[in-house]
Amino acid sequence: MEFFKRTNIDFMRYQWPALVLSTTINLLAIGSFFFQGLNFGLDFTGGTVIEVGYKQPVQLSDVRSALAKAGYSEATVQHFGSSRDVLIRLAPKNQSESTAAVSDRVFRALSAEANGRVDLRRAEFVGPEVGGELAESGGLAVLYSLFGILIYVWLRFEWRFSVGAIIATIHDTIVTVAVFSLFRIEFDLTVLAAVLAVIGYSLNDTVVIFDRIRENFRKIRKGTVLEVVNLSINETMSRTIITSGTTLVVVLALFFFGGQVIHGFALAMLVGVAVGTYSSIYVASSAAVMLGISRADLMPVKKEGAQLDRMP
Amino acid sequence: MNRYPLWKNLLILAVVLAGLIFALPNMFSQDPSIEVSAARGSKVTGATVGELKAVLENAGVPYKGVQTLKDGRLLVRFATSGNQLKGQAAIEATLGDRYNTALTLSPDLPGWVRFFGLQPMVLGLDLRGGVHVVIDVDMDAAIDQALERYTDDIRSLLRKEKIRYLGVTRDKGRLAVRFGDARTRDRADSLIHNEIPDLKLDTGEEGRSYYVYAAMTPANVASVKKFALQQNITTLRNRVNALGVAEPIIQQQGDRRIVVELPGASDPGRIKDILGATATLEYRLVDTEHSVEDAVNGRVPPSDKLYKDRDGRPVLLQRRVIVTGNEITDASAGFDQRTGQPAVFVSLDAQGARRMRNVTTENVGKPMAVVFIENRTETHIVDGKPVKRKVRTEEVISVANILEPFGRRFQTTGLDSSQEAHDLALLLRAGALAAPIEIVEERTIGPSLGQDNINQGFESVVIGFILVVVFMAFYYKVFGLVADIVLIVNLVLVVAVLSVLQATLTLPGIAGIVLTVGMSVDANVLIYERIREELRNRNTPQASIQAGYDKALSTIVDANLTTLIAAITLFSFGTGPVKGFAVTLFIGILTSLFTAIMGSRAVVNLLYGGKRLQTLPV
Repeated sequence: MEFFKRTNIDFMRYQWPALVLSTTINLLAIGSFFFQGLNFGLDFTGGTVIEVGYKQPVQLSDVRSALAKAGYSEATVQHFGSSRDVLIRLAPKNQSESTAAVSDRVFRALSAEANGRVDLRRAEFVGPEVGGELAESGGLAVLYSLFGILIYVWLRFEWRFSVGAIIATIHDTIVTVAVFSLFRIEFDLTVLAAVLAVIGYSLNDTVVIFDRIRENFRKIRKGTVLEVVNLSINETMSRTIITSGTTLVVVLALFFFGGQVIHGFALAMLVGVAVGTYSSIYVASSAAVMLGISRADLMPVKKEGAQLDRMP
Repeated sequence: MNRYPLWKNLLILAVVLAGLIFALPNMFSQDPSIEVSAARGSKVTGATVGELKAVLENAGVPYKGVQTLKDGRLLVRFATSGNQLKGQAAIEATLGDRYNTALTLSPDLPGWVRFFGLQPMVLGLDLRGGVHVVIDVDMDAAIDQALERYTDDIRSLLRKEKIRYLGVTRDKGRLAVRFGDARTRDRADSLIHNEIPDLKLDTGEEGRSYYVYAAMTPANVASVKKFALQQNITTLRNRVNALGVAEPIIQQQGDRRIVVELPGASDPGRIKDILGATATLEYRLVDTEHSVEDAVNGRVPPSDKLYKDRDGRPVLLQRRVIVTGNEITDASAGFDQRTGQPAVFVSLDAQGARRMRNVTTENVGKPMAVVFIENRTETHIVDGKPVKRKVRTEEVISVANILEPFGRRFQTTGLDSSQEAHDLALLLRAGALAAPIEIVEERTIGPSLGQDNINQGFESVVIGFILVVVFMAFYYKVFGLVADIVLIVNLVLVVAVLSVLQATLTLPGIAGIVLTVGMSVDANVLIYERIREELRNRNTPQASIQAGYDKALSTIVDANLTTLIAAITLFSFGTGPVKGFAVTLFIGILTSLFTAIMGSRAVVNLLYGGKRLQTLPV
């Protein structure tokens, strides 16, 4: 079985439309950050989240009134997964106190109201300072991995590739995060972990194509830069689609069967893998081409003499 | 062509076999179990096993077996977690005063597996349920306390040497000792310099007052902080042990935080109360010479301090402490024999006992008070910013006349309930915290959610895995099957490495494994696509195999190294669950590099190496 016999698509023909598309999407994304911001989860904002499971389906209004009686009227209450599971959130900004004891008081209040017919499934509390620290170290982690990758690609290839790869990776990161901003989906630690995995994955894809471009430049002496790039993308096309496909399949399995806790993670991976595939071709390769890669830059390392020749 | 030397095949075989053996313990089910250990003052003996069995049979709770662990504890296995909980209730109700019980998960390993010391993967709290808290040690308070101690030291030193000083005050993080003239000041300066060498001294004048300023050196500050952290870790460990939790983890994180992980703990409220409590006792003499009314009206004698009892009535006590909680070596809860009130029986160390004996001998017939002290740090949000506030409760819980001199052992009453006596005894026994603490992060996962997480995680791995395996077999035919074998081996190796390292498997960790499944296919895809290309270019099958593997190699390494970089940064930044993801991703990349490059080549070589081939099923 083979999906792609010998493809010969002129990818680079759409270089400029793709550039317009990518730029528009990124502008939209940045606009969304500006106007909507990110719906940061408990990990970064601090606060309390309590998940309880009732023995029978429960009305949210009953839960709210029980909470109001205990003095937590500002809590947000929603069903989580089923009508028996309820998620209660207390943001630190609505509270005068922020201590680990809040979750106990909330659960005791609910338990008393339901005559003990309720289970504590999960209680999370993050102090405001810790939230700030996590946000900071998370941002730094993203920067560090981008930086580490920049250096690696630089050492292995050439600066134009390196810049292309980084632009593509930043593009993927922005788009992935933007989906969370645009649809107001909660952004927590596991999603951040997924974003970092996307960075790794997106690069993986890019590197495979770059590898082939380099190989073809050395092998094929004729043809323009665009032709060689096109050929390389076509040759790796099958692999790109198959790998993205299998990765998407397992991520879909996570998304549908992995449970609520892992939902955000799976969603970020889904978006990241899809966008990463597109960006390897239209962002990374295009950028490298626009930056002016040439055959000469990719030849095997020249001997000492080459440098002497250029000297006056 | 396309043959591996024997040693290479053997090496791969050895790795795969080792992987299978180390992954094996994970095949056995994890039994919900109860760990039974001796409470204070009793012992687990051969008879205990019989007692336990009788209790469980009487209560009608089916159990799988009772087994003795290495350190003398007993392990009772159950088939379901429902029986486990019922069993715990039954044991607590009948034998609870002599034994502590703790819920745990215990793999049902056959004897020979246990003999080789093989262990299954460690499940994270999000998979087995439990309490995870991060505790922040209030270092400012630790420094404060140190300065307080130096104040006392300087006072008593000057008093002993009969040097007249006018007062010791705090002055922006240092101590200011005031004197009436320069000569006395200089004498004190050299005295303090000789007797308390770890203070940095400075002198100064202001009007007609002469000062010695004493500050802690940076090295001194650092050692106070380090000590506070270490001491708190020890105390927390004692408290956790007293709570009877199986396999607790207590670890330092950074330079002022402590992580406490308690798997299977079911009552987070009480645990947090016990961990965070700083309750302690102080014993002081009641001042009977001065009037309490005067003190209430603001005229407190300098040697005294005004307290309130639990009903809010004022009590005037001497400033000098006879014994503090630090000198208490043992404490147990019980009831006063005469009144039947809840009581705490206290034992003192030698120094405390000597002082107690001296004071009580001199003061027979006079009243002595017990002060209950509790420190809490609370974070409040003021104008959107977190502000820490220290709350200190000091109450007199009992005042009683000294009937006769006593020393090492005595009892204290005046507590509200026997639960309070119980908890206070536990806290006194575990020792006081060197500095107040605050819980800054908590993640509690109930046992039911933990089980759900395992099930769903497992399900998604299996489904994703099957889909990929089926697809590969269709798409690449025989070579696809080779990729499938490699994929299975890869999964086994990941599990084996996790088991050997005893790294913690979390839910994001499972996601990491799923991702590895998707990505480890990539290496195979790269190779097979290359082989197809080579075939299209009219190369012979054997040459195509050779070229396919060779040419794909550098691409595979490049592609995986970039993901490895991401995994490493994730690990160094990560906390808890995220770290679990980084670990599985990291291990997964390494094992998949090995299996895809060497493992799959070995299988392909065995199948096709050295044969005359017309076509390749790829």
